[in-house]
Amino acid sequence: MGSAGQSLGLITARDAGLVACQRCGQVHPLQTRVCKRCEGRLVSRDTESLQKVWAWLIAGMIAYIPANIYPMLLTSTLVERSESTIIGGAVELFDHGSYGIAAIVFIASVMIPVGKFIAIMYLALSVQRRSGENQHERHVAYEVVEFIGRWSMIDVFVVAILSALVQLDTIATVNPGIAAVSFALSVIFTMLSAQAFDSRLIWDADRTKQQ
Amino acid sequence: MSIHTTPLDDLVACPQCDTLHMAHGLPDNTRAYCQRCGIVMMTSQPAAMAQILSLALTAFVMMIAAVSFPFLTLDAGGLHNATSVLDAVMAFNDGYAFPLAVAVAFFIVVIPLIRLSALIYALGPLVREVRPRQGARKAFALAEKLRPWSMAEIFIVGVTVALIKVAGLAAVTIGPAFWAFAGVVVITVLKDQMICRYSIWEALDKASA
Repeated sequence: MGSAGQSLGLITARDAGLVACQRCGQVHPLQTRVCKRCEGRLVSRDTESLQKVWAWLIAGMIAYIPANIYPMLLTSTLVERSESTIIGGAVELFDHGSYGIAAIVFIASVMIPVGKFIAIMYLALSVQRRSGENQHERHVAYEVVEFIGRWSMIDVFVVAILSALVQLDTIATVNPGIAAVSFALSVIFTMLSAQAFDSRLIWDADRTKQQ
Repeated sequence: MSIHTTPLDDLVACPQCDTLHMAHGLPDNTRAYCQRCGIVMMTSQPAAMAQILSLALTAFVMMIAAVSFPFLTLDAGGLHNATSVLDAVMAFNDGYAFPLAVAVAFFIVVIPLIRLSALIYALGPLVREVRPRQGARKAFALAEKLRPWSMAEIFIVGVTVALIKVAGLAAVTIGPAFWAFAGVVVITVLKDQMICRYSIWEALDKASA
């Protein structure tokens, strides 16, 4: 295991009067606007980060409500027409004995989105309270949220594939329900919320404590 | 050594927690972690650039195959339905769901292709050790920015779930495009693992100087 370099006493670029490029790591004097290496925009701290986080998060939570109420899949066969919601689809799989797949659907469509709402709220609130505790745990939470959020899209893709594949005239047809749209929006909004979070804010409490 | 005596180019800041580190050459095949938040800041694999480029080219060709060939076919009660990846996209093509069709098309085909093209464009000249093309930095930045929005691997898991859902209902045949798509996913994951942003930015910087 290597290390990026000898210890500089864990000082941040901002405390050293510098601004770092988040794309490429290049360090500049604080007033610099554009990175000389990658031409990216330089911001020491995104002061509007939390506003954007809350806005996208609330939008994501609102979109998640119709996603659970309305049907995700409209199935019609010779004998019956049925509609299934997100939870209904998972329960159906469970009843058929596909426990593993039911678990994947349940985790991707219910546990991950709800867990993400809670995690982002916790991160935003802890930064607002300038908490200096559990920084490592919170950073891990941030990384997990960033990494795992996209996987909620599974259910949207399942609906897309099923609706394309199962088009057998009168025998069986599957069509997407309106919930697929609101669920996809909910996932996109929460991804944007997580991306708007400036993780450097988690660590800034160190500085306030020292003063 | 104090921060103030160190030239700025010898410093590197963690993109996630802003902690400053001194940059120096890493031994081959090692990783450098941020001393505070622990994320991987650099990796050093001598042949990485050429490998990333060749994997990107392979994935690009396979993606074209995955879009062109039949993906899945369904047979039940004498009826037959063949589906390509594009059909899956067009499943949402009725009225209110149209924006979703566009989004799905972007997530599973368009964005992966843009990322691959941008990487090939940016890294090609670096591997041949010539001056980077105009806009190489923008291309690489775009490829990295789009990373979370490229969802081919999630799509393939979704397909697996869908297959199990219909398995009892009808006979499903897996077409060549399915395997091509699965190949794209594996190669993309390998390729993204190898990308060390710091080294590539440094290489782009040095090559254009």
